[in-house]
Amino acid sequence: MAVPRARTDEIARYLRVAATFARNSLVRDMTFRANFLIDAATSIVWMLMNLAFYVLIFSFTTSLGVGTGWGKYQFFVFLATGMFINSLVQAFFMPNANEFGEHIRTGRLDFALVKPIDTQFLVSLSRIEWSSLSNFAVAAVLLGYSLVQIGHRPSVVECVLYPFYVLCGVAVLYSLMMPLAACAVWLGRNESLYDYWFYVINFSRYPMEIYRGTYGTPLRLFFTYMIPVLIVVNVPARLLAKPLDPDNWWLAICAFVATLASLAVSRWIFQRALASYRSASS
Amino acid sequence: MLARVQTWWTVLSISLSERLVYRGDFAVGTLMRFLPFVTQIFLWAAIFESNGNQPIAGYTYPDFMAYFLLTQVARAFSSMPGLASNVALDIRDGTIKKYLIQPIDMVGFLLLKRVAHKLVYYIVAIAPFALVFYLARGFFGGWPEPAVLAAFFASLVMSFLLGFFLEATIGMVGFWFLEVSSLLFVYMLFSFFFSGHMFPIDMLPGFLGHFVQALPLKFLAYFPAAVFLGKVTGQELVIGLIVQAAWVVFFGVACRASFHYGVKRYSAYGG
Repeated sequence: MAVPRARTDEIARYLRVAATFARNSLVRDMTFRANFLIDAATSIVWMLMNLAFYVLIFSFTTSLGVGTGWGKYQFFVFLATGMFINSLVQAFFMPNANEFGEHIRTGRLDFALVKPIDTQFLVSLSRIEWSSLSNFAVAAVLLGYSLVQIGHRPSVVECVLYPFYVLCGVAVLYSLMMPLAACAVWLGRNESLYDYWFYVINFSRYPMEIYRGTYGTPLRLFFTYMIPVLIVVNVPARLLAKPLDPDNWWLAICAFVATLASLAVSRWIFQRALASYRSASS
Repeated sequence: MLARVQTWWTVLSISLSERLVYRGDFAVGTLMRFLPFVTQIFLWAAIFESNGNQPIAGYTYPDFMAYFLLTQVARAFSSMPGLASNVALDIRDGTIKKYLIQPIDMVGFLLLKRVAHKLVYYIVAIAPFALVFYLARGFFGGWPEPAVLAAFFASLVMSFLLGFFLEATIGMVGFWFLEVSSLLFVYMLFSFFFSGHMFPIDMLPGFLGHFVQALPLKFLAYFPAAVFLGKVTGQELVIGLIVQAAWVVFFGVACRASFHYGVKRYSAYGG
């Protein structure tokens, strides 16, 4: 089936706009080059400190839980995956979600609404923080090193699925972030709701196997199927760290469905929020 | 003197009512703040399960959990969200002029605002804190002795003062460098890992452990919690409290001095 001409034009237009945003942000970042380098360096240092913390933990234990399959280097694969996902979210969406609340509070959102382009697209992507992508380097080295230590050579399928599920993870985190920022429309200020995002995604930071027992199991189910933060890092990380785990296929399917569902829900909330938006000033 | 007390009282009561506006936010926010603690419970349960329940750096699993809860209390005293960056911003955009032309002392004013902020926070947060501590009572081995409890409260109050003066001093660096965000980042990084709210700093090995123990940051989270849990006792405890008091004085003086010399070289940008 041929895609209608108007549709491809439309997609091309959005891509052009996105490229312009990316270029503008890069120009802006490069204007303050020293600042950019400091940001990149500090963000790497932050990652390394975090890594050091887990190295410290693994000097007291050999794995996270008995029989979970998350040994030191398996967990470092997990950690690297989390770094990839979080740096993408930080680079593309975090500065925008931050500003979005401000736009609502000050009434500057009017300017976004009158532009002949999808508002969610405009609001979500207008600023890109390139320096956050510096974590990619740390993550890539950590991932490579850990895979060598485990002795796992990824198959072609894994090489395709891993980036795909990393992007799914980014999409899920984005879908949680934007509605929380959009709640500013109803609350008049967004500070604490946006803060909640960090508290909720905190659950994505560790392998899902640690949530077990009387209280752990319901938590794991809730954060896998209701608010799917647990699948964000777990699904891609398991592909490489625990490739033989029988649960992987089921989780991979769930992750795909959950990504689509959360994008749809966030879109719906975003539009509801826009419908309730009353410009704050003139 | 009376006039001054009256000014302070006015500042305090204005800040109190300003803060109470967001009390609902505060209460919910406080409960949310314990969500990461839930992940800690499971993470450390997994760690202790796989190392055969051996104590880590002298802490058993319940010790660890109690420790994390107590550092939350300490952070409730010592954390000063936005203080340094606001001071630096006021310097950069010229807002600081208002303190210079009004008959009011900026450091005192900011301190009172923080006191008000914290008071409201405790009034509102005591319920969620009590709830969480009640639910987690199994992690605690009972109340410590009154003397230990007194030392705990003393170190909490000092951790508030230390947090305030330390952050204010960092903000004052803005008089010399217009942009302090990188410095702030380094401070945040250090305080995140070495104040002890991520893990008890006795876990750190060798030289690094000694180095971190020598920093003032441990008084912002680790020290009060360790005192409560009886990890620091006797002479060590007394010395610890004295060192903490010395750091408070040090940063109090540093903050005053940097404000004094900073204002001299200040050249009011902006309107």
